[in-house]
Amino acid sequence: MSDVATSRPAGEVVLAARNIAKSYNGVKALKGVNFDIHRGQVTTLFGENGAGKSTLMKILSGVVQPTAGEVILDGRPIVFSSSTDARSHGISIIHQELSLAPNLSVRDNIFMGREINGPTGVNYAEEERQVRELLAELEEDIDPLTPVEELRLGQQQIVEIARALSIDSRILIMDEPTSALSATEVEVLFKVIRDLTARGVSIVYISHHLEEALQITDHAVVLRDGNMTAYAPRADIDLEWIVRNMVGENYDLGNPPTGYDFGPVMLSVRNLTVPDPAGGGYNVVDRMSLDVRAGEIVCIYGLMGAGRTELLETVAGKLSATSGEIVLEGKEISHLAIGERIARGLALVPEDRQRYGLVQTMSVGQNLSLASIKEFTRGVFTSLKLERALIQKSIRNVTVKTEGPDVPIGSLSGGNQQKVVIGKMLATDPKVILLDEPSRGIDIGAKAEVFRILAAHAAAGQAVVYTTSEVNECLSIAHRIIIMRRGRISAEFTSDITKEKIMAASGEAVAA
Amino acid sequence: MTQTSANRLTSPAAAVKGTTSLIKLLLKGRAFFALIAIIVVFSFLSPNYLTVSNLLIMSSHVAIYGILAIGMLVVILSGGIDLSVGSILALCGVVAGALMQGVELKPLGVILFPPVWAVVVLTCSLGAVLGALNGILIAWFRVPAFVTTLGVMYMARGVALLMTNGLTYNNLAGRPELGNTGFDWLGFNRLFGVPISVVVLAVLAVLTGLMLSRSSFGRWLYASGGNENAADLSGVPVKRVKITVYTLSGILSAIAGLVLSSQLTSAGPTAGTTYELTAIAAVVIGGAALTGGRGTVRGTMLGAFVIGFLSDGLVIIGVSSYWQTVFTGAVIVLAVLMNTIQYGARGVRQ
Repeated sequence: MSDVATSRPAGEVVLAARNIAKSYNGVKALKGVNFDIHRGQVTTLFGENGAGKSTLMKILSGVVQPTAGEVILDGRPIVFSSSTDARSHGISIIHQELSLAPNLSVRDNIFMGREINGPTGVNYAEEERQVRELLAELEEDIDPLTPVEELRLGQQQIVEIARALSIDSRILIMDEPTSALSATEVEVLFKVIRDLTARGVSIVYISHHLEEALQITDHAVVLRDGNMTAYAPRADIDLEWIVRNMVGENYDLGNPPTGYDFGPVMLSVRNLTVPDPAGGGYNVVDRMSLDVRAGEIVCIYGLMGAGRTELLETVAGKLSATSGEIVLEGKEISHLAIGERIARGLALVPEDRQRYGLVQTMSVGQNLSLASIKEFTRGVFTSLKLERALIQKSIRNVTVKTEGPDVPIGSLSGGNQQKVVIGKMLATDPKVILLDEPSRGIDIGAKAEVFRILAAHAAAGQAVVYTTSEVNECLSIAHRIIIMRRGRISAEFTSDITKEKIMAASGEAVAA
Repeated sequence: MTQTSANRLTSPAAAVKGTTSLIKLLLKGRAFFALIAIIVVFSFLSPNYLTVSNLLIMSSHVAIYGILAIGMLVVILSGGIDLSVGSILALCGVVAGALMQGVELKPLGVILFPPVWAVVVLTCSLGAVLGALNGILIAWFRVPAFVTTLGVMYMARGVALLMTNGLTYNNLAGRPELGNTGFDWLGFNRLFGVPISVVVLAVLAVLTGLMLSRSSFGRWLYASGGNENAADLSGVPVKRVKITVYTLSGILSAIAGLVLSSQLTSAGPTAGTTYELTAIAAVVIGGAALTGGRGTVRGTMLGAFVIGFLSDGLVIIGVSSYWQTVFTGAVIVLAVLMNTIQYGARGVRQ
């Protein structure tokens, strides 16, 4: 793969990755990556979730050390002992979740941890002067004394950039910087990036918005499953090339189950509107309507912030809608508590299994039986025998690999933990099962198994709705693919659609 | 396949193997071994320590902390904390005392002397109301448990002081002609030689143990404390669980207040000061995690007995009460350190 790295236009290489590999507990996250970062140019990392982008960034910014390979800075191999060490060599990273203290002012954030001290304590006047200078350079009209929480997200990003520049960063790594920005803020950011590159700062850019990234990038590095699949300058590439290298050959995640007719409409969502739970003042789900029939598998695809999670959480009863109806088997259920909805046959498998799926202090068995306690309660007491039977049935149903039901949940692998969360909700014998990113953070084998289980349950007459951010997973077991964008359905496809069209409809890319 | 239950999961009897088995066993049964060690050491130091009568007397002292600690345990299991138990104990004791003195209904010109059973019911109801107030503020209004119960702690103490003007009700015996005798039964009578207070503690401990290990509510409680979000999404009525545990804690504080004022044959507004901390200590020594979701009644009972037997033992061998405070503190820190080793190092319960 290193041969592609040779066909480059001239330009001083400031940072280079040579055969970088990284393993976590024997799992290979990166398998030999080679590319160069040129002075004053933008290099973009493309890749799906789990492709290894974040691991690569962490290595370049000194957060983790590679298991093999070298990072070469200005022609000399270098080992960063920490992110502070990398920063002292002029490499800064701006994370997707900004690392600003919202209660402190812009000035205090920019000088956090390296305050300028004078004879009478912190020299605020000097700090403020430098901040004004920096912000003027960035052509951003922000008062240095404004608390960061009062700034728009785009402005906060600028503050992060200003902080990186204030410590003379030569290389700036930006992780999904535009994911929370409006179109105009993206324009401002791109202008800042062009100014920075003109001043000789090198940018490493990561984005899911392929179109957007193509506007700004000079070089493209594409990762897939820890491998670098392609590396080329902007002139040689187009969108179709990126998608092809990103997605690669289709691994088999199954096909939509066939051989039966769909039953009646089980779940019907009508004009559902949900305000932003974080208080952003806009609607994350905007007058959305959706019908799902018995036996049908519906996939909801969309970018981060498209409203998928909020839609499922509202249907399940975690969030409340400002208007619209949720109808389960012909009955309106909007007023019911989560437990009552589960009893009526509606189950949600949440996205973040550690935060919302598992009770870490409980055993595998107790987690599996948690949503069905009523099933094995007789009078006042729970029946150990009935519970045991229910747990054994669930373990078989979702094929959890465990030493037994009494081991702690934390002793299972990620894929098996995910199966426990799914098994817990399937044990309630739902008529409609909602799954938010069921394949997140689990390996390909476990993914295939999860989809096989879902397909089997759909064939048995359950309605299945799942979300995903990976196009491959849309084109697996789903009968119908719904694309969500800004809280609405932007397109609806059957299972014979192409990846490119799905990505285009989500706002990720324009159809090639 | 072995039997499972919430109780069994923390059982020290779980199979252990290998060379580290002894250390594991000692770590797991630490509260039990600490109690044995305390009894052995004090038996050597004082011939009067290990006698049936002394053990029963010490147990009747433990009963107060023990009852409070059961309430504290269920609250801590839910991931909360209840600082108001000592004050609720005092207020309930004072209210019981006032009821025993007679309630004067001025417009009717009569003084009511409620029978003892009515006093007990009214006092427990008061405890329940105060506990439910805690629970509602915490569950519905999302006021942090620490702040809510701190506020109720001050308010209950203040009301108790206001009611009595800082004085103590001394005559709680009641009068035969008024038909309200028998209040001292709780504190002084014995059932087959065992003080009633200890019987009350044992009954409450067994009931709570059954509730935790065998009822659906118990499972809801462990789940809510272990991961509130996951429990919520699994259909557990998390808010109801919270309100219930604080209400239970309030009722148990009222019962402890009744037992204490019966034992002392007086009800004062400053009773039970800092008892909330002793109750927390008992729960922690018993191996429960302050973050919620882990802990058993058995452990908490052992914790209460460790604290009670230690401080009474120090009194018996004539150590200054200042030193008792130092010892108790050291035991608590040691217990938390052990909890950290047990949960932190392995990150798992078994």
